[in-house]
Amino acid sequence: MARDKKSAPEVNAGSMADIAFLLLIFFLVTTTIDADKGITVKLPPWSEEPPDPTKLNERNVFSVLVNANDQLLVRDEPADINNLRERAKEFIANPQGREDLAATPTKAIISLKNDRGTTYKAYLNVYNELKAAYDELWDEESQRMYGVPYSDALTTDQKNAIKKKIPFVLSEAEPTSFGDED
Amino acid sequence: MAHFKKKRGNATPEVSTASLPDIIFMLLFFFMVVTVMREGERKVQVVVPQATQLEKLEKKSLVNTIYIGRPTKKYQSIYGTQPRVQLDDKFSNHLDGDIALFLEQHKLKVNEQLWGQIITSIRADRDVTMGIVQDVKTALRKANQLKINYSATPDAEKMNAMN
Repeated sequence: MARDKKSAPEVNAGSMADIAFLLLIFFLVTTTIDADKGITVKLPPWSEEPPDPTKLNERNVFSVLVNANDQLLVRDEPADINNLRERAKEFIANPQGREDLAATPTKAIISLKNDRGTTYKAYLNVYNELKAAYDELWDEESQRMYGVPYSDALTTDQKNAIKKKIPFVLSEAEPTSFGDED
Repeated sequence: MAHFKKKRGNATPEVSTASLPDIIFMLLFFFMVVTVMREGERKVQVVVPQATQLEKLEKKSLVNTIYIGRPTKKYQSIYGTQPRVQLDDKFSNHLDGDIALFLEQHKLKVNEQLWGQIITSIRADRDVTMGIVQDVKTALRKANQLKINYSATPDAEKMNAMN
């Protein structure tokens, strides 16, 4: 009889490749390789009572307003998003020691305010530029102090030392209710 | 010399395809490992904005996601076209309460020592207005969830311009 043969009959593995292909295509289609990325922000704790209007020295405040038409007002003057980063950097670092810019980086406060009708895209764009200003300043400071750019190569202590010199202070005011959709 | 000629004659030898399944399997396993399956149904349309100062969200288990956008076509007849907030797989109607509950439910799955490291990722459509985003932010502050991340995709053009 055929069963009594010495070697067992081989299973045909020719279709294995097809099956694997099918699975492969399925995973190819469902894959989203890029990991979640974004701008990390720390919100201030909630308090019922409105913050007391502490009087700040005007030179230390860099006010940025984004209105419902996505127009920009920086220090009470219309401004362009393309040089916001440069202006913010100059304001924080104040390399020329000007009278109208922040006295020291530790005293600098960036105040961001938007309308409820501002688009999220415009808001995030502005936030991105302000964050970029700080990131670049941290980079420069890190180059000066440790000779490497601000990255994970630094220890936590070194990072904290830089952040102590140039603290990230961005205060967001409650938005005004212009131009909301509902 | 005639000896060699004889060998070359006849049909061309076939390329062996025996290792093809192995190659395909290797690719298959690669994609299986990197695949992130979408959990639940997405009921709002979200195209996140572009930005340059991005940080990666490291630990997936410590991240919960809030979606903000307009309802997809399927749901527009019921929920209209105004931007809405999606938590898990439901539309939220009472933001403050729903977000607090949503955060608590996520905390149950996380080790208590790591609660301080939980990050809320806000995946908002680029064209929604700040009003609804602000409401979500306020709700998060009230629930004492202060670490958030505005989800965005890298803006390759701008990044290249800087370097």
